[in-house]
Amino acid sequence: MPKVIDNIQIGPVVWKMRVEVPRLVEKAKAGQFVIIRVDEHGERVPMSIAGLDKKNGLLTVIYQVVGKTSALMTTVPAGGQLADCVGPLGVPSHVENWGIACVIGGGIGVAPIYPIAQAYKAAGNKLITIIGARSKNLLFYEEEHKAIADEMYICTDDGSYGQKGFVSDALKKLLDDGVKIGMIMAIGPVPMMRVVANLTKGYNVPTWVSLNPIMIDGTGMCGGCRVSLDGKTKFACVDGPDFDGHLVDFDLLTKRLGAYREMEKRAMKKFLEDPNCRLNEELKKVMAGN
Amino acid sequence: MGNPLEKKDRMKIPRAVMPQQDPQERKRNFKEVPFGLTEEMALREASRCLNCPKAPCIKGCPVDVDIPGFIQLILEKDYAGAARKIKETNSLPAVCGRVCPQEEQCEAVCVMGKKFGPVAIGYLERFVADYERENNLIELPHIEPPTGRKVAIVGSGPAGLTVAGQLIKLGHKVTVFEALHKPGGVLVYGIPEFRLPKSIVQAECDFLARMGVEFQNSTVVGKMDTIDELFAMGYDAIFIGSGAGLPNFMGIPGENLIGIYSSNEYLTRSNLMRAFDFPNYDTPIIYGENVAVLGGGNTAMDSVRTALRLGAKNAYIVYRRSEAEMPARKEEIHHAMEEGVQFMMLTAPVNFIGNGDGKVKAMECIKMQLGEPDASGRRRPIPIEGSNFTLDVDLVVVAIGNSSNPLIPQTTPGLQANKWGNIIVNEETKETSRKGVFAGGDIVRGGATVILAAGDGRVAAQHMHKYLMEEVKK
Repeated sequence: MPKVIDNIQIGPVVWKMRVEVPRLVEKAKAGQFVIIRVDEHGERVPMSIAGLDKKNGLLTVIYQVVGKTSALMTTVPAGGQLADCVGPLGVPSHVENWGIACVIGGGIGVAPIYPIAQAYKAAGNKLITIIGARSKNLLFYEEEHKAIADEMYICTDDGSYGQKGFVSDALKKLLDDGVKIGMIMAIGPVPMMRVVANLTKGYNVPTWVSLNPIMIDGTGMCGGCRVSLDGKTKFACVDGPDFDGHLVDFDLLTKRLGAYREMEKRAMKKFLEDPNCRLNEELKKVMAGN
Repeated sequence: MGNPLEKKDRMKIPRAVMPQQDPQERKRNFKEVPFGLTEEMALREASRCLNCPKAPCIKGCPVDVDIPGFIQLILEKDYAGAARKIKETNSLPAVCGRVCPQEEQCEAVCVMGKKFGPVAIGYLERFVADYERENNLIELPHIEPPTGRKVAIVGSGPAGLTVAGQLIKLGHKVTVFEALHKPGGVLVYGIPEFRLPKSIVQAECDFLARMGVEFQNSTVVGKMDTIDELFAMGYDAIFIGSGAGLPNFMGIPGENLIGIYSSNEYLTRSNLMRAFDFPNYDTPIIYGENVAVLGGGNTAMDSVRTALRLGAKNAYIVYRRSEAEMPARKEEIHHAMEEGVQFMMLTAPVNFIGNGDGKVKAMECIKMQLGEPDASGRRRPIPIEGSNFTLDVDLVVVAIGNSSNPLIPQTTPGLQANKWGNIIVNEETKETSRKGVFAGGDIVRGGATVILAAGDGRVAAQHMHKYLMEEVKK
């Protein structure tokens, strides 16, 4: 069973976990994902790859606590184990030298965009990085991105850090200034990806997004992760997770992500009522309030 | 000791009736439906066998089980011996005794069949396999000394498990790669508990492991290692039994609404992930009140009966042809009818209608009539214009078959596939266009049955053994 090296809280409801899966890490490429199952009763949850330490065989995932499974994940201690971690899954991100490439990360999307930024940079692109969060305390991966970006913009919705506004505002300014961006890759909350894609359509700049719908097997077998591209159905697990943002039906994606909301609430309630619940007190409060 | 009864007396015994859970009770639980024969019933049923010299039943079996041979051992009350006799050619008797369509195979050609009803070969197979397992009489078979050859098997469904069971006995080192977290393939994710208890599949896999088969679960060949990389890692021959893989949808409007599942997803949630026991297990599943399952095969029956057990008030089979054309086993159709499934024959959906939240709330259908036979030999359904009607549904399960999974064909240069993506094999040897690579089951056949997959595995194993001993130098 895959060993957890560390599992650290890096934000109010955000954790960073490193898992020892040397063969998976050896094979994985930027843009791919893994499926994790925390314990024997657990769900299979897809997680974007947020870092690959090839030398030590370590996979990094960044996750936000939104329900029972992600909450349970916070309770796995350093040195503990996951039931499974399978991958690499999905098609690696397409990488070439476009001259100038721009990566955009919002929320915890700043993490999975990082390996892609590394790959763009390694391919010879001038790398423009835009990262954003609602507020300063929700911003991660700044140092990592700074180390490789040729140009970097930080946005917060409330102006508590960097420039006030959305990542799309920073991008719009670049496009209006006539910066010749050859490729944009955006990862973040669905509304952010939608706004970025809608914006760049008008400027005719290729824009890809990485989608993370609900799935089970991750190998094409279940069809749960279907997304609609220009009216055609695709499976995010084997056809994606990267897709042309100008063609994605974001409405459908948003609705399908909410398919189990009521059941998720039930599972969370049961989890919190369990006297053996090992969540930290602060998280318990946050989750009880949701 | 043979059969003490005269032939004419054997014919007087009526065919055994399988005891089973009452339909009203079982339609709300996931326990296995048939209880299995008692010893007394099995002995009486075995005594019906005429022990015909020509044994047409053996030819009717895709894996050539010595049927009269094992039935004679039942008469001698050597039940474990009977199980071992089956296992000489069939690695999965407890599974096949439950899910094989015997009525189309061994029992269809039984000499007793026409006049008196065929010997219940499937019931007897199940009886001896269960007897052996429940009484801890499973013994490791003789295993040949190590040959030094290594075999990789991709996929742990019925084809892969059969190859593993045959090749390990011949002294080869065998590793089975499974993409999911449990071995068994369709036996685990597809077939529900009430038709094939998962503990039985686990016991079959444990038995293979005890013989020395190594299982590597959560390993996706084609993503982790390609076929060529497996050769580079020292495997001398490879069997691909990766299954059908990609579910088909209808391609009609509204198909991506919430509450429309592929049968693969619906059954995987319930069977593999145990969503029927939510929230004790974390994986959720949509409970429908009015559930329509589209299709007429065994998977459709499994899905609709699962929906009943998850509390559906109305569970419909919606099928575009008539009952006569349904590919499901008669027994499964019968079980579904007993449990109260409503069959809407000659009906096809044309449009799914959603509520404001993106959830399915109704399905527009059209009535069909049967025309001339098509390429499949079945009469082609033709829509009746103006016959459209709307059916209220809050869950739809699409069970209209699978396309082949592209992961392995796409990552294996030189591996030939047909236009549907199914791997092309030499029918006699199951070898693919790549030397040392064999394939069988649904990745070759499209959608077929457990026993046909096992049959492919048996043939492939024979030729893989020949290949390993004659063409792989050590």
